[in-house]
Amino acid sequence: MRIDNQMCLEFASLPENIALSRVVVASFAAQLDFTLNDLEEIKVAASEAVSNAIIHGYQNRPDRLVRLRATRKGRTLELSVEDDGVGIADIELATKPSYSTDPERMGLGFAFMKSFMDRVEVKSEVDKGTTVTMTKTASLAAAKHVDKLC
Amino acid sequence: MRIDLSSRKDTLVVRVHGELDMVMADKFRHEVDREMDRRPVRNLVLNLQGVSFIDSSGVGAIIGRYKRIAREGGRVIITEVKPQVKRILEMSGMMKIVGMSASEAEALRKLGPVGNQEVAE
Repeated sequence: MRIDNQMCLEFASLPENIALSRVVVASFAAQLDFTLNDLEEIKVAASEAVSNAIIHGYQNRPDRLVRLRATRKGRTLELSVEDDGVGIADIELATKPSYSTDPERMGLGFAFMKSFMDRVEVKSEVDKGTTVTMTKTASLAAAKHVDKLC
Repeated sequence: MRIDLSSRKDTLVVRVHGELDMVMADKFRHEVDREMDRRPVRNLVLNLQGVSFIDSSGVGAIIGRYKRIAREGGRVIITEVKPQVKRILEMSGMMKIVGMSASEAEALRKLGPVGNQEVAE
């Protein structure tokens, strides 16, 4: 499908950049006809993916780079979060709702991403890195509403 | 981004202001644990009025403190939650284990008689 808009952001693997990535993603996503609720969900999904890149991919090392790409194709938003970190040996296990390497985190990160986005895809190679790609499509109802206004 | 702590007898009241992501969750965990190490804390009232965003890091930090309180037979009550934050708490299953109140005063009433004097800031 034709790309209508795209932005790429590369930032240091510092925890304070998680908030930055959320704001940027929400601002980009607001170009589509998402509801406020949708935008909140997209922010959570972006936050989880970037947190995972920093905590798991880079093992909290602050001197690496996380790449965030947001693409608008028609009514669909595609988000991609990429790191060059340690990678995931068993993607199926890592994305299970209860799986976590930290007892306090409870493995909710991927559960939230899957709940809030229409599609979540994880590509990873050990010692090479991980890319999480997520898509969400703005509802037709919202788009029709805009059509009626014009 | 700010965390205010105060005590009413053996209840620790925590007011969080900001976005409860990994950065804030670490601060929350550190400050609440330090207070609980410093004095006997039986119950925890968590006022989330100032929290506009939460993700799994924030949920994990709250559940970690809940486990510590519950181990000693205490209770955790969350108050004044914004709708978008409440949804995340519901999805995480946290609402099944912690109490919810509309206000701090109501939460303190639920926890039983408390002193009318703030002990520490």
